[in-house]
Amino acid sequence: MKKTLFDKIWDAHVVKELGDGEVLLYIDRHLVHEVTSPQAFEGLRLAGRKVRCPERTFATMDHNVPTDENRMNITDPIAKAQVDALSENCSSTSVTLFPLGDARQGVIHIIGPEQGIVLPGMTVVCGDSHTATHGAFGSIAFGIGTSEVEHVLATQTLRQKKPKNYKVEFTGALKPNVTAKDMVLKLISIIGTAGGTGCAFEFCGEAIRTLSMEGRLTICNMAIEAGARAGLVAPDQITFDYVASGDRVYAPKGEELETAIDGWKQFYTDEGASFDHELTIDVNELAPQVTWGTSPGMGVDVTGEVPALAAVAEYAPADVRAALDYMGLEPGMKMTDIQIETVFIGSCTNGRIEDLREAAEYMKGKKVANGVRMLVVPGSEAVRYQGEKERLDRIFVEAGAEWRYAGCSMCLAMNADKLADKERCASTSNRNFEGRQGKGGRTHLVSPKMAAAAAVAGHFVDIREEI
Amino acid sequence: MEKFVTFTGVVAGVDRANIDTDALIPKEHLKSIKRTGFGAALFSDWRYNDDGSDKPDFVLNKPETSGAEILVTRSNCGCGSSREHAVWAVVQYGFKAIIAPRQDEQPGFADIFNNNCSKNGLLTIELSDEQVDGIFQTLEKEPGVKAMIDLENEKVTLYASAGDQVYAFKANAAVRDKLLNGLDDIALTLQYDADITAFESKRAV
Repeated sequence: MKKTLFDKIWDAHVVKELGDGEVLLYIDRHLVHEVTSPQAFEGLRLAGRKVRCPERTFATMDHNVPTDENRMNITDPIAKAQVDALSENCSSTSVTLFPLGDARQGVIHIIGPEQGIVLPGMTVVCGDSHTATHGAFGSIAFGIGTSEVEHVLATQTLRQKKPKNYKVEFTGALKPNVTAKDMVLKLISIIGTAGGTGCAFEFCGEAIRTLSMEGRLTICNMAIEAGARAGLVAPDQITFDYVASGDRVYAPKGEELETAIDGWKQFYTDEGASFDHELTIDVNELAPQVTWGTSPGMGVDVTGEVPALAAVAEYAPADVRAALDYMGLEPGMKMTDIQIETVFIGSCTNGRIEDLREAAEYMKGKKVANGVRMLVVPGSEAVRYQGEKERLDRIFVEAGAEWRYAGCSMCLAMNADKLADKERCASTSNRNFEGRQGKGGRTHLVSPKMAAAAAVAGHFVDIREEI
Repeated sequence: MEKFVTFTGVVAGVDRANIDTDALIPKEHLKSIKRTGFGAALFSDWRYNDDGSDKPDFVLNKPETSGAEILVTRSNCGCGSSREHAVWAVVQYGFKAIIAPRQDEQPGFADIFNNNCSKNGLLTIELSDEQVDGIFQTLEKEPGVKAMIDLENEKVTLYASAGDQVYAFKANAAVRDKLLNGLDDIALTLQYDADITAFESKRAV
């Protein structure tokens, strides 16, 4: 029987069929952070249960940690309680923790790949919807709620129904300065934020094959924004080279790696395997994308304009009106006329070293526009260290931007990094929901290059004309 | 988990599609390390003014619908973040069921949210677009209208003044069984401890 990449990994992890389509699925890697785990550890304690596999569980603090100089001194008492709770929970259960101040601390979805914790063919879960990121290795990775976090801690399994297979093929070749972020924003604007519900995407095609791991991670990261819990890319030489490179403490090395790679080569979709849904997107003429609304599917080409109320495929006119009222925009406005006040570069979507390099390359010798605030938040301390080694920090600081320590920061504004009411932001993060980056804040999702260009111009510009 | 029993409660409608979990519970309310105390934060950006006073127009602040137990929304409810706090907020406010429309491939609920609801005894019900339109029309005319939710027989009865409107729905069989019997997933799974151990013995960390 011909199988998809997803089916192969899924089938290899079924511990038991539970009937009615539900299976007990074994979990290879459980990633944990401070916000969605305390209630799970508490539940475990109250029931007198133990963490079944601490060796498969890795934790860090990322969501609510400060990213400024004084980050070790958390002044928000409730945030501090969460961070302290995670420390205690990890030490009492022998779970590996990369705490604040550790050289390996960072956004959980940045450090998983970076440390070699996540590898091809694995099942990976985390109490965070952007767990989909790790599918870029050719693994099944998805977000879970806190009850399921507790379930995995106790049993190292999850009760799951198999999702449908959804093939998304990106054909053609990207124009210079058009990026993975633009590809995935385009996908979401085509199928909407519920288009992939109940499905796992497999991203394939020429434009995926030529992408770096960083780019693939960006695309898989936003699978959830299209409603799919998981998005996968079949591993290839680019994947293997990534695993073999750098200081990936938990990845196999030497002969062990050679053997592992031989095994990973089975993780591809068989010729002729069938998908429940298929979509092809040609990227030859793809333009940089900018969102204008309060849902990630509300996006257009940077050369376009804010659409008419009835002209948005996946949204009702009333929802478009509500979004535009919140965003302070009107149909017909050119995207390049929208002035921004803040720029955020970072997050599990675009906080990797390649993202910072791309933004820095554009910023070199330029200045952030008057009145614009720019935050550059490396996705991990390792990314920060690498960035400083390459002197990217100098470029940003000389341009007038702030260079911060690692954390989720303004992607969800649980720490002090947030937008004020009506403040408008060009952001490399993943969600433009109402209030996401601060109550009343207005978010436009873009790629790192587009964010850098907006910082310099003070409004959105077509990056293709700039470089 | 408590058993889900048939109940009659007030219906409140929030007439929006794609209600994300950031809207259900904004992040400033996520910093608790407890599982309780989230009810007051439900929909807080839409429900309260900056000074903490109620926004009188929001459905949960209207006298007829305050304290409602059945929530009706448009499609793709609960999209976005996996935060289970969103479900805790809905449950702790007092809601026992949410109704949203499924039309073809457009689901009533986002996957992770739907899953989280089932772990907290909160029933999610998918009806058709037309049926949900009908409920919203009734809510418009008769704020404070009540409905009965019967999971055993998979039926919603809206007690409209013009006569009862009965809507049949189909629940996921496994979820229905768990809700009706108040079963704890972890205890159920630990019955298969030997299977898990056998599986583990065949794979490296």
